[in-house]
Amino acid sequence: MNINATIIGQTIAFAFFVWFCMKYVWPPIIGALNERQKKIADGLAAADRASTDLELAQAKAMEELRQARDQAKEIVDQANRRAAVIVDEAKDNAREEGERLIIAARAEIEQEVNQAREALRAQVASIAVAGAGKILGKQIDEAANSELVDQLAAEL
Amino acid sequence: MAANTASGYIQHHLQNLTFGQLPAGYERFDGSVLSDASWTIAHSAAEAKDMGFWAIHVDSMLWSVLLGFVFLGLFRMVAKNITSGVPGGLQNAIESIVEFVDTSVKESFHGKNPVIAPLALTIFCWIFFMNLMDLIPVDWIPGLATLAGVPYMKIVPSTDPNITMAMSISVFLLMLFYWVKVKGFGGLFSDLALHPFSSNNPVAKIALIPVNLILETVSLIAKPISLGLRLFGNMYAGELIFILIAMIGYVQLPLHFGWALLHILVITLQAYIFMTLTIVYLSMAHEDH
Repeated sequence: MNINATIIGQTIAFAFFVWFCMKYVWPPIIGALNERQKKIADGLAAADRASTDLELAQAKAMEELRQARDQAKEIVDQANRRAAVIVDEAKDNAREEGERLIIAARAEIEQEVNQAREALRAQVASIAVAGAGKILGKQIDEAANSELVDQLAAEL
Repeated sequence: MAANTASGYIQHHLQNLTFGQLPAGYERFDGSVLSDASWTIAHSAAEAKDMGFWAIHVDSMLWSVLLGFVFLGLFRMVAKNITSGVPGGLQNAIESIVEFVDTSVKESFHGKNPVIAPLALTIFCWIFFMNLMDLIPVDWIPGLATLAGVPYMKIVPSTDPNITMAMSISVFLLMLFYWVKVKGFGGLFSDLALHPFSSNNPVAKIALIPVNLILETVSLIAKPISLGLRLFGNMYAGELIFILIAMIGYVQLPLHFGWALLHILVITLQAYIFMTLTIVYLSMAHEDH
């Protein structure tokens, strides 16, 4: 319990230990702690950023989807309109074609009627000549009377 | 030397192994008389006392330096291999201590000083280790020392007032150093002379200076003394009770256990108090009142 030079020895030892701690122990440990703190903070910040990015990306994706849907709708509408136009055109064409065919058929029919009439007229002329000859009892000279016969035929 | 009486036993356990010089003509413990002044190890409390100031407590110094190296070695080992990635078990433990000290320092000290935090860590860990020696059963190491022919062996350095006072005086000198460094001698003087009583009237102010000086000087001097003696007193009393318990035969076992359990708290608490007061004193030197 005496106070003696131990007090000096201990002071020297104390100073040395504090110096050593200050120089070689404290800085690396506290440096590592701060570095880890920074790492964690960075990690949390990165996570925050990522979640914000995710939200943005989701919003963007929704927007793109909506646009695509709109576009598709527009395209379908356009196609529908175009189809209607094509159908109408086809109808018109068909109608025109039909009418054209009807007109052609009518012309042909008329032509054939005319031909038949001509043939009939010729035949009636010859029948008339033959009938007249029989009635007259003699052979009318066809050559002499052809002008008469043709006149008759033209009157039919 | 190896006393068989109760008071002899206690005195033996409370005596430091002292190395010092005995004067010529001194009568030793065994009755022999020294012809010349000689350096030797004291074999009785009276011899240790007669060695005067220039003697050294070999056991206190040995254990305190040894424990200081244990502390520094442990921390240096971790500091060398430290990683800012995932820490291992030992690194984790060391880190939590360092972080605890760092938080304590940051709570009460707001300036910038590279010394205070390592100082606080050294004080906390070193005192903790020194106090921890108190939990080793009181007869083990002194018993071994006696077998080896060493008369005394006190293994708890913090039960030696030299050790605790050396630390508290070092802290006190550091405090004065920073006080002068930060505020100058004028600042030191005004801190001591113009508080706690102050007045706006210049005459009253000057009249109050001696009163303030006396009050503040007393409280200033009381700081290192109370700091060192608090630790010494607590550890000494704890050690004494361990020794008393050790004398009562087999009943000591449960008592020892209970007291050791309580003492774990005291050990940590005293180390913590010493550290906290150190931080407080040093921040007082830095900050304005």
